[in-house]
Parts: sequence; C-alpha cells; structure tokens
Amino acid sequence: MNTKSINRLVDATKLAMIVLVACLLVSVIILLVSEQPGVAISSFFLGPFSSLRRIGNILEGAIPLIFTALAVTLIFRAGQFSMISEGAFFIGIMGAMIVGIAMPLPPGLHPLVALLVAGVFGACAAAVPALLKLKWQVSEVVTSIMLNYVIQFFVIYMVNYHFREPEASSLASLKIAESASLPGLVPGTRVHLGLIIALLFSVATWFFVFRMRAGFKIRLVGDNAQFSHYVGIKAPAVMVMAQIIAGAVAGIGGGVEFLGMYTRFKWTASPGYGWAGIAVALLARRNPMLVPLSALFIAYLNVGSGIMARSSDVSSEIVLIIQGVIMLMIAADALLQNWRQRLIVQNATA
Amino acid sequence: MEHSALRMENITKVYPNGVVANRDIVFDVNRGEIHALSGENGAGKTTLMKILFGEEKPTGGTISIDGKEVRIHSPQDALELGIGMVHQHFMLVPSLTVAENIILGIEMRKGLGIDYPKAEQLVAEVGNKYHMYLDPKAKVKDLSVGQKQKLEILKVLIRGAKILILDEPTAVLTPQETEELFAELKHLRTQGFTIIFISHKLAEVRELCDRITIIRRGESKGVFSLDGITDEEISQRMVGRDVQLSVTRTAAKRGDVLLSVEHLTVSEEGGKPLVDNLAFALHAGEILGVAGVEGNGQSQLVDAITGLAPYDNGSILFNGKPIRHNHVKDIRESGVGHIPEDRMTLGIASGLSVTENLIADKTGWDSLFNRFGMLDANRISSFSEEMIKEHTILCQDGSVSIASLSGGNIQKVVLARELSSEPKLIVANQPTRGVDVGATEFIRKQLVALRDKGCAVLLVSSDLNELFGLSDRLLVMYGGKFAACFTDPSLIDEQTLGRYMLGLERQDDDEIARSAR
Repeated sequence: MNTKSINRLVDATKLAMIVLVACLLVSVIILLVSEQPGVAISSFFLGPFSSLRRIGNILEGAIPLIFTALAVTLIFRAGQFSMISEGAFFIGIMGAMIVGIAMPLPPGLHPLVALLVAGVFGACAAAVPALLKLKWQVSEVVTSIMLNYVIQFFVIYMVNYHFREPEASSLASLKIAESASLPGLVPGTRVHLGLIIALLFSVATWFFVFRMRAGFKIRLVGDNAQFSHYVGIKAPAVMVMAQIIAGAVAGIGGGVEFLGMYTRFKWTASPGYGWAGIAVALLARRNPMLVPLSALFIAYLNVGSGIMARSSDVSSEIVLIIQGVIMLMIAADALLQNWRQRLIVQNATA
Repeated sequence: MEHSALRMENITKVYPNGVVANRDIVFDVNRGEIHALSGENGAGKTTLMKILFGEEKPTGGTISIDGKEVRIHSPQDALELGIGMVHQHFMLVPSLTVAENIILGIEMRKGLGIDYPKAEQLVAEVGNKYHMYLDPKAKVKDLSVGQKQKLEILKVLIRGAKILILDEPTAVLTPQETEELFAELKHLRTQGFTIIFISHKLAEVRELCDRITIIRRGESKGVFSLDGITDEEISQRMVGRDVQLSVTRTAAKRGDVLLSVEHLTVSEEGGKPLVDNLAFALHAGEILGVAGVEGNGQSQLVDAITGLAPYDNGSILFNGKPIRHNHVKDIRESGVGHIPEDRMTLGIASGLSVTENLIADKTGWDSLFNRFGMLDANRISSFSEEMIKEHTILCQDGSVSIASLSGGNIQKVVLARELSSEPKLIVANQPTRGVDVGATEFIRKQLVALRDKGCAVLLVSSDLNELFGLSDRLLVMYGGKFAACFTDPSLIDEQTLGRYMLGLERQDDDEIARSAR
C-alpha cells in the first residue's frame, strides 16, 4: 500500500464515520426529547424511502444543492471565501421568473433563455464582492453576506411591485408561461430535467477545475497566490473569474429550481440553499464529482426531517444540528490522524 | 572516562506524509564537548534536534540526560532539563530592547510591574561572564545579525541551559562574525557547556568541533573524532559517494549586454533607500555574483529585476526592453527565469503535485494545452517524467504532493521548472541555501552549464564558496550600494571580501562603475 492509497482509505473511513456519528447524534437527541422516539427515528431514517414520491423528493431536493455546492467549490478552490452563492441563487430565480413571465418564446428556447439570464444575474451578483476586493481589498466574506440581504429584499421588492399576482392574498408572482417550465422526468414524482442538468454541471465543473487551463490557474492561485504571481499569473483576475463563474452556476441553479418546481414565485425569504451548499461542498471535499452524492445525502436528511416533523413530535430543525456536526467534524483535521499515522509508519518501516 | 551528557537511542520519526525522517538513530554527546551534527539537507538533522527540544514527538526511541531516561513533550520540558536551542531563524521582537527580549516569559516582578533594572543588570552580568556583552538597553532592530545571534545564545543561557543546540548558526554571518562566534563557543566549552553544532560546512566543523555524528537519509552513519577522519571521508559518508566540492569551469565567453541597470533606486515606505542608485550590466555567457550580508538590498534588487516589486527610480533594460513592475508574464516570456530565495512561499504551491508545480509557469504553452485550453495529459506527464529523470528528483512519481519531498528535491523541482523555459537570464537568489551537498553540486553545475550555453546568470548568495567558485565577476553590496566590483574573483580572499561586506572598506566609485559594466 502506498501513501496515496492509505490517504484514500483513511479519508473514506473518516467520511463514513462522520455520517455515522451525525446519525447517532440525531438518534440520541430524538430519544431525549421525544415522547414516541420509535416513530420519530424510523420516520426520519426510513421515511424517505417509503414511497416513490418521497424518493423523488430526495432527488428534487438535491438539485439546488448541487448547483450551490458547485459554486462554493469553485470559490473555495480559488482561495476565496465569498458567501455569495445564496444571493446569486436567489437573484437567478428572479432572472428566470422575469423571462418566464415577460418574454414569450417557443418551448425549448424559452427555458434556455431563462436559464441564461439567471446565470448572468448570478454572475453579476458574484462580481460585486469580487471586484470590491480587487479594487479596495474589502473582505469578500463581509460584503457577500451583506449583499445577500440586499439581493433578498431587492428580489422581493421586484416581485411585490412589478410581477405580483393582483388576485393573490399572499406574496406570489404572476404565473410563468408553460413554455418556460422544465419537463418532468419520472411520472408520479416531481423530478424534473434539472437533475440531468445538475449532473452535467458537476461533470463539467470537474473537467473545468482539473482538466482546463483556467481551472489549473484557479487551483494554483487558491493554493498559493504569491506563487501564482511569481509564475506570471494575474492572480486577482483569476480570483474574480472564479467567483463570476461560480455566481453564474449558482444563478442557473436558481433558475433550474424555479422552472422545474414552481409556476409562480412564492418565496418570502431567501431559501438558504447557498448556506447548505457550503456543507455539501465541504462534505464532498471540494471535489465536483462527489458533489451530487453529498447533495443527495443532505437532501435525504432534509426529507427525513420533514417526514419526522409531520408524523411525530420532533421538529425538522434537527437537520441543522446534523449539518453543523458534519461541518465541525470535517474541519477536525486531527480526526483519525493517529490511525493514518500508524498505517504510514507500518508502511514506511516495513 | 568521559561522561555522557545526552544520549538519544533508536530514535525513529515518521511524518504524516510518510517521510521517514529518522530511523533508529543513536546520538551520543559528552559533557563539555562541541559535537557536530552533519548531513545533507533532508537527512533528518533538524528533525532529530526538534525531537530533542520537544518540538516534535518521536515515533519511537528514548532520550536520556546524564544517564537518566527523560520524556520531553515541549520546549518547556527541554529547558527545564537544561537543553536550549538557537534556531536558524531568529525568534526576537525587533521593537523591544535586548533585556526585554531576554526576559520575555521569565519576567522578574517588582510589585505589579517588571523589574527592568534587575533584568538589565542580569543581562549585562551574564554577557560579561560569557564574553558576549550586549547593551541591555539597545533595541533589537538596531543590532547586527551577529549581535542578534549572541542575544539568542544569551537568551538560552539565562534560561539555564547546559546543552546548547545551534542550528546552522553561521549561515547568516560574515567571516569575521563567524570567527567571533567560534571564540565565544570555545569559551563556553571551557565553562563546561555542551554544544551541538548543526552544520554541513566542513571547514567550520573541523575548526570548532571535537566529534562529529553524520546522518544520511535519516540513518546514522557513525560518530567520529575529527582528528581521525578526513574531509573526503566525511563527505563520502554524508552523500554516499565522492563529491567534487568545487565545480570545474572554463573561462567565460562573454557576449553582448543582456541586462542593463541604471540609477536603480528602491525605497522603503518610510523613504529610506534600500537600493541606492545602482548601475551595472550583465552580459550573455557570464555569471555575475552578488555578495553581501543579508538585508543590504539584494532581495529588493532581485524583486525589481524579476518584476515582482516596484522600483521608484532608474531603469532596468532586458534585451533593450524595459522591465516593468507586475508584468511578470511578459518578463518571463521574454526569457527571464527566477530561482527565488524562499522556495516554500514563492517557489512552489505546496498543495499541488510535483507535475503541477513543474508546469505552473507554462500555462501559456501551446505544447502542454490543446487549442480548447485543455491540459494535454499525455504530454504533461511525459514532460514531467523527463524533468524528474533529468534532474534526478527523488519521488515516487510526478503525481505525489510536492510537500512530501525534501528541501533539496523541492529546489530541484524549482530549478527544473525555471530551466525548462529556456531562459536567457536566470536570477538565482540563494539557490543552494539549505540544500544538501549532492543537490548543491547538481544545481551549481547546472548554472555553469547554462552560462556555457550563453545564458546570463545573476547569482545572489551568502555562500562565499559558491560565489568564489561560480562568479565571473563579483559585486559586493553594502547598505543598498555596491561596495566593490571584482573582475577576477579568484584574486581575492575571504577576509578581504568580508571587509567589503561589512562596509569597512569601499572601492572608488569610478572603479566600481567601470568594472560593473
């Protein structure tokens, strides 16, 4: 066994352990707080597989997470910590909505244009913190988080004052043209074409990061910006590029989610997929190919917690505890380090 | 019978990246001796000493002090046992005084405050006692490098160390300062102190030390009394083969001017010029050495020439075209290669593989990327294999993380990358610092071969042997200016050079201007 396969073995075990610990922790919390822990636990873990519709829910739920996690991956790979995926996703929804409502186009072309506009909107949003940092060295962490709120209220304002359904009592936009919707894939579920698009994006992002010149530059800059400057790469430009591409991916994700799952805009707040995308990206170890798997896992937990909340006395927020625990454990570098060290020692002294 | 002060037995250390830094090393030092610890870089000397000083945990083995087995978990433990370490890089606070630096962490109290008069008195007393007097009230930033080193030694002595570890202490010193240090160390030996002297400079080891322990590739190659072993035997054990310690070279065939620098001035933010109105020319086919104690403007000069930092006055022309700040890509494409001083922060991306580091400067190359901007995996891996073979880079293959390589091999990766871009000018800043004897010889030969092919080499180094052995002309920098320029470095000796480096002597401006072209 060489060092590389030792690392792979230990990393895989660590991942499995993290998932297991998270699940155990949930069970313990349920046992502590619930009057009917048996019902709660079984609906949490088994509920998502109890019907075709629920399995469909997992797949649908994974789609937006894949897009935001890919965006987070691109940003983190460039060594940046912009949290803009959330805002880019939300403004992407708005972009798709505007095209869906206001631009009559033939089917086929209509969603394509809507998604393109969504991507452009997302890219513009992501460009703001990136350029602020380029020009004035403002921390992109702070500006992106603040911008997320600006975007949230801007989008709701646009819906409320320009695209609102006058008949509706609660906030809802006009209905989008049918030609703009993404078609369903599996009858009996709401799984839509977006799933295929998301998987294609995962492969494309992987290819971009690991097989393209531009992706190589992103990794160089992200690993050591000083070094990239020394070899003649314009590091600031690469950082901005990575964030703009990431914004486009997140924006398209917003468009896909909207056109695949909804006919009207009904959100009263930013849905939080950008934040969950961070957990998904970290769980996938910033590898675009692993993002769909990790998104499916998080989506499974989300669906499970929803079912549990409906069928027992435990609320669905428990899933946030799991996400938190997962992020903490991934960040814990020392975990299993002793075992890794022992294997390496055995290997090296054998 | 001599008395063993320290014994490390069967020490093994395996790093998390799988590197075996030490394998069953036995290291035994007698009380009151100066013991040399020598070996190539990456051989495991520093690791062994870090284990002794409690900075690294050994994977196996035992340590005994005065015959008693001890466990050392932290530098605190080590100091309590009387072991002190003077690191290669000084650990001082520049804005504090000598006394303040020394008592940092062991302050004597007087009421709620610190008893400064007592501290200053103590520092002066100990300094006098060991012939290392420093003004306790002087600010550390005003001290010379040699004085800073004295301060580091005093720091350790005042903490009660009986065993001193000195990690390549002469690397930053001038010949005069080195001599002074040696006198001080010999004096300490007569006072009963035990000194471990890490170095791979054989002349210094021979002058100073009683015995030598040689380490190669993490294994001990034996302990020898220096009276009973020749230089050749030592170097043979260090590298496992005969090393030609000087590089043979023929006379330079000097060509046209490639790099011409006029009135170059680089100022600090406060306005103090670090490079002060320099002018020189570098011709194709010659190696121009730049000597000087570190911090006399060499780094600023290199950064200006490679476009990494701005300069505020003057001109730098390469091949007739001006070199401008931040146009690193253009500068590189016009044929400038750069071996940076600090390879870990500037020379490599430590999270990427050997191959990726080798092609990092070639993102503009059509031969490694196809027309869609995709990496050409086959060509890249065969390029990487070729580089690894040609430069004898020691690694499993190009896909391993560069961080798992030893210092010398990392430097070979840097060299391979810079040379493979076929530069017309190579700026080599401390190319062999901290690099083992084998790699040093290899790097030096490559630089000479490059020169013979008509490339211009600007060699900034603090290794005098390297400068004497390689330079066709030799500039000396002091205080941001040239103190001297020698058109035939073989005619001068180390002592003379040292006087120019320390600013004790200066050539006539006209003479420098004439020979610097």
